[in-house]
Amino acid sequence: MGEDLKVIVFALGNEEYGVEVDKVRTIERMCPITRVPKTPAFIKGVINLRGVVVPVIDLRGRFGLPETEPTENSRIIIVAVNELEVGFIVDSANDVIDINTDSIDSPPEVVGGIKAKYLRGVAKLGEERLLIMLNLAEVLNRSEIIQIEGLEE
Amino acid sequence: MDMNAYLSMFIDESNDHLQSLNENLLQLEGSPEDLSIVQVIFRSAHTLKGMSATMGFEDLASLTHEMENVLDLVRNSKLKMDSFIFDTLFKGLDALEGMVQDIVGGGTGQADVSTIVASLQSIVKGDYTAAPSAAPAVAPAAAPQEGRAPSMLDEFQASVLKQSMESGHQVYHIQVLIEENCILKAARAYMVFDLLERHGEVVQSVPPVQDIEQDKFDRSFTVFYISQLPGDELQKHIANVSEVEKAEVTTMDEESLGMLSRPQVAETAASAAPAAPASSPAASTEKTGPAPAKRPAATGGAVNRTIRVDIERLDALMNLFSELLIDRVRLEQLASEVKRADLTETVEHMTRVSSDLQNIVLKLRMVPVDSVFNRFPRMVRDVAKSLDKKVDLIITGAETELDRTVIDEIGDPLVHLLRNSVDHGVESIEKRIAAGKPETGTVHLRAYHSGNHVFIEIEDDGSGINRERVLGIAIKNGVVTADKAASLTDEEVYMLLFAPGFSTADKISDISGRGVGLDVVMTKITSLGGSVSVSSRYGHGTTFSIQLPLTLSIIWAMLIQLGSEKYAIPLSSIVETAVIKRQQIRKIHGNRMIEFRGAIIPVLSLSRILESPDFDEDLEEESEIVVIRKGDKWGAVVVDEFIGQSEIVLKSLGGYLTNIPTISGATILGDGQVALIIDPNALIK
Repeated sequence: MGEDLKVIVFALGNEEYGVEVDKVRTIERMCPITRVPKTPAFIKGVINLRGVVVPVIDLRGRFGLPETEPTENSRIIIVAVNELEVGFIVDSANDVIDINTDSIDSPPEVVGGIKAKYLRGVAKLGEERLLIMLNLAEVLNRSEIIQIEGLEE
Repeated sequence: MDMNAYLSMFIDESNDHLQSLNENLLQLEGSPEDLSIVQVIFRSAHTLKGMSATMGFEDLASLTHEMENVLDLVRNSKLKMDSFIFDTLFKGLDALEGMVQDIVGGGTGQADVSTIVASLQSIVKGDYTAAPSAAPAVAPAAAPQEGRAPSMLDEFQASVLKQSMESGHQVYHIQVLIEENCILKAARAYMVFDLLERHGEVVQSVPPVQDIEQDKFDRSFTVFYISQLPGDELQKHIANVSEVEKAEVTTMDEESLGMLSRPQVAETAASAAPAAPASSPAASTEKTGPAPAKRPAATGGAVNRTIRVDIERLDALMNLFSELLIDRVRLEQLASEVKRADLTETVEHMTRVSSDLQNIVLKLRMVPVDSVFNRFPRMVRDVAKSLDKKVDLIITGAETELDRTVIDEIGDPLVHLLRNSVDHGVESIEKRIAAGKPETGTVHLRAYHSGNHVFIEIEDDGSGINRERVLGIAIKNGVVTADKAASLTDEEVYMLLFAPGFSTADKISDISGRGVGLDVVMTKITSLGGSVSVSSRYGHGTTFSIQLPLTLSIIWAMLIQLGSEKYAIPLSSIVETAVIKRQQIRKIHGNRMIEFRGAIIPVLSLSRILESPDFDEDLEEESEIVVIRKGDKWGAVVVDEFIGQSEIVLKSLGGYLTNIPTISGATILGDGQVALIIDPNALIK
C-alpha cells in the first residue's frame, strides 16, 4: 500500500496539476510584479512577499504553453524546493485533495505539451479526471535555464 | 542524556579552545621559555579533552590526551620546546580542527591520527630524534640538583590553597627527609602519604607522587598539604613513621604562598645564578628577561560580558527591522499627504526612534575583523616555513568592526593577498641579506575605519613590484598590447596584476600562482562593493589596500524612474546629477559621449541596457543624467526622472535569480513595490 499524499490542485489551460502540500508555502492573489531585465521571458519578475523578495515565473511560459493575460482567478503559488523560493503563476488554484501514491502512474512521454522529465507522474481521480503531478526540483532546475538563455542569445 | 542539545555548545567552545591553542602556541614559539603560556595552553587542551570525552568523541579526546602529555612535560620543565615539537603540536591542532569540522558537518569526529599520536608519544619518550634528545635528557637531570627549592605551585593549586586558607583550613608546607640507609624509600614515603591522606589532602608534591612511588627521588620530598590538624601534632605523626629522619612542618600564610607560586623561571634562575655565576650569567638573564615582560600579555585582555546569539535570529531581527523601515517610509508619505500636525509629530518621533534602532541593529551585526584575522598568523607561519623564509606578521586594528556579511566573504581574498605577499613579496633569506635587509621579512596587516568605509591594508617589505616584468608578462599573456604598455602609469601597471589569467611567479609553487590569480580577489571585493589599490616601491615593498563598505544591509540610494519602472542607484557611486540637452550629446567613433566638467564621458542609456518596455530617451529634448563612477572612470546614465534620495534596505533576489548583469539586488519601497538596485560597476566597462 502506498501512502496518502495531500496535494494542491491547480489548473493550466484545460489540464489539472498537483503539487505536494508540504512544498507549498502560500497561495497569493496576483499582485504587482517588478520586471527583472535580462532574464528568460517566462520569468515574470519579483514580488514583495511580506518583506521577502520572491521571483515569479509563469508556468505556462516555463512549459512552452501560450501565455495568457492574468484573470480574476489567476493565482501565484509560492513553492519552496531545495532552499529556492519561487512563485508560479497559474490559471487557478482551488482544491486540496488526498491521493494515494499507488494511484500515480509514471508519465507518458508528453502530456499536454510538457516534457516527461518535469512530471512525477499522472494520478487518476475517478473515471474522467487526471491529475498531473509536477516534479518541482526539475521545473526549477537552474542549469536548464542557463541552456534556454544560451539558445536565446 | 541527549547529547545533541549540547552539541552546538561543544562546537562553539571547541572552536574557541582550538583558536586559543593556536594563538598561544604561536606566542610560545616566539618565546619558548615562557612557561606561563604553556600553562594556558595546557589548560585549554585539558578542557578540550574533558569536553570531547564527555561528548563521546574518543579520537578527539585521545589525541588531545597525547598532546597534553607532551605539554605536561614542557610545563614541568622536563622537556624543552623545539621546532619538531612545535610542528607536531601544530599538526595535532590541525587534526583536531579537522575532527571538529567533521562534527560540525554531522560526522562522528573520527580520524586516523596514529602518525601524529606516534610522534607525540616519541616526544614523550624523548627519542624522536637522536640529536635533540640529548638536550631534554640533560635538562631534567640538571633541574633537580640546582633547583631543589623550586617547589612550584601552578595557579590552580595556589588558588586551591588560598581558598582553603580563607575557609579556615591549615595549609602546611612539609619537608620530609628519609634516613640515609633506608632501603625502601618509596615504601616509607608511601606510608607518609597514607598518613597525610587520612587527615587531610595533599595538593602538590615535589617530586610528583608517581616519581616517588617509583623510587625516583633523592632522600627528601616536599608536599603542600591541607588539614585541620595542628602543625606540631602533624609533625609528631610523620616523625613516628619508621626511618623518617626529619619532618619539617611549616604553616603557610598568604605571603609565603605568594612567594612559592611565582613563576618558576625566576626561581630556577635565581637559584642557578649563585651556583654557577661564572658559566651561565647570560643564560640566566635570558631566562628572566622575557618572563616578566610577557606575563601581562598572557593574562591581559579582560573578557567582555557577552551572550551567544544564533545568527539566524539576528538575520530575522534584521528582516523584521527592514520591514519596519519600509512601513516608516510609507507612514512618512501618508503623514505628508494628510498634513495633520499631531500625526506628523508622531511620525517624526517614530523616525528618530527607528533610526536609533537601526544603528543598534546594524551594530549587532558588526563583528571585529579579528574573527578573520586570527587564523592568519598560523597561516603565514606555515607558508613562510614551507618556503624557507622568515616572516613576521604584524596585525593592527584587529578590533575594527565590519558587517557580518562582509566578514564572511572577506576571508578568502585576504588569504590570497597574504599568501601572495609572503610568496612573491618577501624575498628569500639570501636575497634579503644581499639587499641589506633584515633576515626576517615583515608583513603588516592593518584594518581601520575611515568615514563610511573600512580599509584593510597588507604591506610587505619585500622586493616590490617590478614594472618591466609585470609588463613583460602582461604583453606575453595578451592582457595588454605593447604599444599601450609604454603609456601606462605605474599604478595602472600594478592593476594589471588583477587582470584575469595573470601570474607573476616565475615558477609555479603550491602557495600561489595556480592560475587562479588576483583577479579572483578583485572580483570578490568588487562584488562586496569595495575596491582594491596597490602601491609599491621597487626594492622596498608593496602595499595592497582594500576599501570596504561598513555595511551591506542598508544603504543610501538615488531612486529614479524609467517609464513605469523604478530603480535605485547606490549613492556611493554617484558623482552628481544633471540635466542635459539632446544636442550636447556627441557621437565619437559611433559612441555617444558628452562633455562633462572638462572631460568627455560616455553616455549610457539605461532604457536600452535594461530593455525598458515603455521609455525611450530619444523622444526627449532634455534628459536627466546621473553621473556615476567606477574607480577613475566616469559615465553618464540617462534616466527618465529623479525621484529622490532614500535609505533603502538591500534584499537579495533569491537563489533562483542569480548573476543577473547590471542588477545587484532589490529593495522594497514605501508603497510595497519591489525596486531593483542597479550595479553601477557593471554599467561602466
